[in-house]
Amino acid sequence: MVGFKFPESIKSRPVYGTLFVKPGVDHLIIADGEGAEAIIRLAKLNNQWIEKSHIIYIPKHTKTTFVDQLKELMPGQLYLGPSYPASVSRIRQALNNAKMGLQVYLAGTEGLIGQAQNECMSSGVPHTAIQTEHCGSIARRMQCVHCKGITEDVIMDPFICKHCGLSLFIRDHYSRRLAAFQGVCIDAEDPGNIPEAVELYK
Amino acid sequence: MIGSTKINVIVSQIKVLNDLVTCFEFKTTNGDLLPTFSGGAHTIVEMQDGVVLRLNPYSIMSDPFDQTRYTISVRRDDQGRGGSLFMHTKVKVGDEMVISYPVNLFSLDLRARKHLFIAGGIGITPFLAQIKQLERSNGYWELHYSTRRPALGTFVEELLEKYPHKVSPYYDEADQRIELTSLLSGQPLGTHIYICGPKGMIDWVRQEATDFGWPDEAIHFEEFLAPIPGKPFQAKLEISDKVINVGELQSLLEAVELAGVKAPYLCRGGACGQCETSVIEYDGKFIHRDHWLTDDEKASGLKIMPCVSRFEGKKLVLDR
Amino acid sequence: MTIQFNDESFRGDYTFTNSDHAIKRFPFPFHEDSYMYAVNMEQHQGGPTGSIYEKRFDVDEHYVSEMYDRKLVLAEDPLRCQSLPHMVMAGWDLLELIMVSKSEDYPDLFELHRDGTNWRWVNKPLSIDQSFIFLDETSLPYGPMEYITRQTQGDFCILDQRNDNLWMDAGMVTTQADWSLDFDIGMNFFEWHAPVPKAHEMGIFVRALKFLLSIQQGTPARRLNWTMTVNPLLDTSPENYHKWGVQKRTLTPENIGQKQYLRVELQTFFRLPRSNALVFPIRCYLINLEDLVSVPKWARRLHRVIRDLPIELATYKGFIDNRPMILDYLAPFDDGQPTSDGVWPD
Repeated sequence: MVGFKFPESIKSRPVYGTLFVKPGVDHLIIADGEGAEAIIRLAKLNNQWIEKSHIIYIPKHTKTTFVDQLKELMPGQLYLGPSYPASVSRIRQALNNAKMGLQVYLAGTEGLIGQAQNECMSSGVPHTAIQTEHCGSIARRMQCVHCKGITEDVIMDPFICKHCGLSLFIRDHYSRRLAAFQGVCIDAEDPGNIPEAVELYK
Repeated sequence: MIGSTKINVIVSQIKVLNDLVTCFEFKTTNGDLLPTFSGGAHTIVEMQDGVVLRLNPYSIMSDPFDQTRYTISVRRDDQGRGGSLFMHTKVKVGDEMVISYPVNLFSLDLRARKHLFIAGGIGITPFLAQIKQLERSNGYWELHYSTRRPALGTFVEELLEKYPHKVSPYYDEADQRIELTSLLSGQPLGTHIYICGPKGMIDWVRQEATDFGWPDEAIHFEEFLAPIPGKPFQAKLEISDKVINVGELQSLLEAVELAGVKAPYLCRGGACGQCETSVIEYDGKFIHRDHWLTDDEKASGLKIMPCVSRFEGKKLVLDR
Repeated sequence: MTIQFNDESFRGDYTFTNSDHAIKRFPFPFHEDSYMYAVNMEQHQGGPTGSIYEKRFDVDEHYVSEMYDRKLVLAEDPLRCQSLPHMVMAGWDLLELIMVSKSEDYPDLFELHRDGTNWRWVNKPLSIDQSFIFLDETSLPYGPMEYITRQTQGDFCILDQRNDNLWMDAGMVTTQADWSLDFDIGMNFFEWHAPVPKAHEMGIFVRALKFLLSIQQGTPARRLNWTMTVNPLLDTSPENYHKWGVQKRTLTPENIGQKQYLRVELQTFFRLPRSNALVFPIRCYLINLEDLVSVPKWARRLHRVIRDLPIELATYKGFIDNRPMILDYLAPFDDGQPTSDGVWPD
């Protein structure tokens, strides 16, 4: 299954690629949901790569769909996380133990990619060295520019900030540091005038 | 940007370090403080050798926080165009010279968790200033320095004395080589590697590091490309309506400047892109020696970097 | 040189005013009767005596009140001033640049005494007399960037220069035209300019970046940018947009002359020596239409620029809804006569 084809947008909007194996000493793969398909695809072409890999996988709604296939690949290490927040300490430990020569591969939703990328950047991996492939949901992590709170899995535009309650419209302007898109008050100039919510990319 | 602001200096000290390398110290003629700079910066030294005016870049080795002097090292190159020979044979203590404000095209990545320096020969010079800078801020660094033999190991003794645990010298003639594979493995995430030395060394380290899985962004290098002498040739400067003759020991950029035409420059070593010049017409072949133009651009015949590149042929018309 | 400092507000009751002197020296940005993006950079090496371009960091009658407004903004939202960890040296560079420049350019107002690393800074308008040790953060009440920018008009972005790009890795941003430092910090030159319509396709940013990357110590550059704001509100931040956005609706033909402001930014670019970073001060000047039309040439020209501005720019600059009312106000001042080139009054 090919990832969603995002329409061309502004320069800060992340653009995802297709994973390929790069030379390295260790390979760290972090994925959620349908991102497993990208890993399976790559492993079929590169046996040695998967043996040196540490996979951190969060199935989310795909549950057991890909789990057996991942196990059959016989990766160096495989961790199945119940959620992204639960997996963070595992990700940090992997990065803590890593040395230069580590290759990082991220596959799945934008939220997973953005947050995992941040963890890697905090450990000293330049973002340009991190490979990303989008698979699955196009729901976004949104930061409310007014209260700074993050609302996860947003798919309707406009939406309500789950922290301060303002109605926000979705911008494509994206912050790598916050791993979120920007949400701005939609009825600031005309309070109360809020258009009907439409699904993203529909 | 046409170079950068100039400073009038006198040569306050000259130290012959070994057979090849001589150190020069500059202080301002009027007693003003020199501008501070960041480690890795170079200054462009003007050398008036009779009618020939040469401008050569040299890394500033001294402490960036010492505003009373700048120190540079010049390696004698008998096959070159004469700049280093001029410095070695004609410059005396007390001479007045003109240098430029510092320009940094090889700066440290301040986010790095560790700085790994690989120096070859005279390539040690930018690291000397960077080391002093990092020492002030308790930065984590390590230097691996390769030279032909101890006598030519400029500054090795001084470095080993000050930083015995951070400096490793290697002598070619004693068959000592940097064990690159073992050096590259085991470095903490967030290490940046910096290479300064001969082209062969730079290419070797870059390739090994990439093959090992180091990200491009973590690999930095500076090559001291001096313009290589070559057959004299002629060029027409279309906008200024002048015809110039580029001598054997003169770079195209110097010939342009001698004709009174100003062209932008910053590094004078084929790396920064400032002097990029468009070619209006040509009949002959280019000798591209820079690191700036892409392979396509070099093949297109539409551009040339006059600071280091040359031309052979019947006709060359430039957009200057 | 003595400056009479105003006691005025940029919020609430909006008591901000421009003296005649301020009106005459206002940086009118349009040199011709239409406007489109350009890489309009020039050297920042002085300007006509008394003009805003003359000094490296211009100090005017609004200085004391602007600094007070900044203090209020920061108390309410400390995220307006942030510095990524590797930018500390750049902060010291900026502190040195501003202290040296201001003490030289305005010796009656500012003094800098240096004895090795023992420095003493005197800021008379703000009644500050601070002794500290240069490069020792523990000797100042704030980090160096925050310390000095709390005493300097305009926003400041410090850009780290790496990989042939500029990265906004530190800033003091309290007088911005609707962008968020907290969101944009860490972005590169193309990323933080991403929302600007049309300019990317025109190649503006590629050319501008090339120019900025080669700016050296001792040869700073400058350019002007502009937008429009209702009320002399400095803090037109996205953070507070849900509070100030509605003010756009309060314009009427009777009050538009007093409440509609032209907002011009003097942007300068200085290379910082010890860090090799670039500092990008953004200095904001405000003038309402009523004061602006006192200069006939400006009135005529502004009418034409606003009338013919492409719809995407007018929307991005936030005044699309009020454009008709603005044009109605300015039209009587446009007699259709040709206007001289350049920005200065005839």
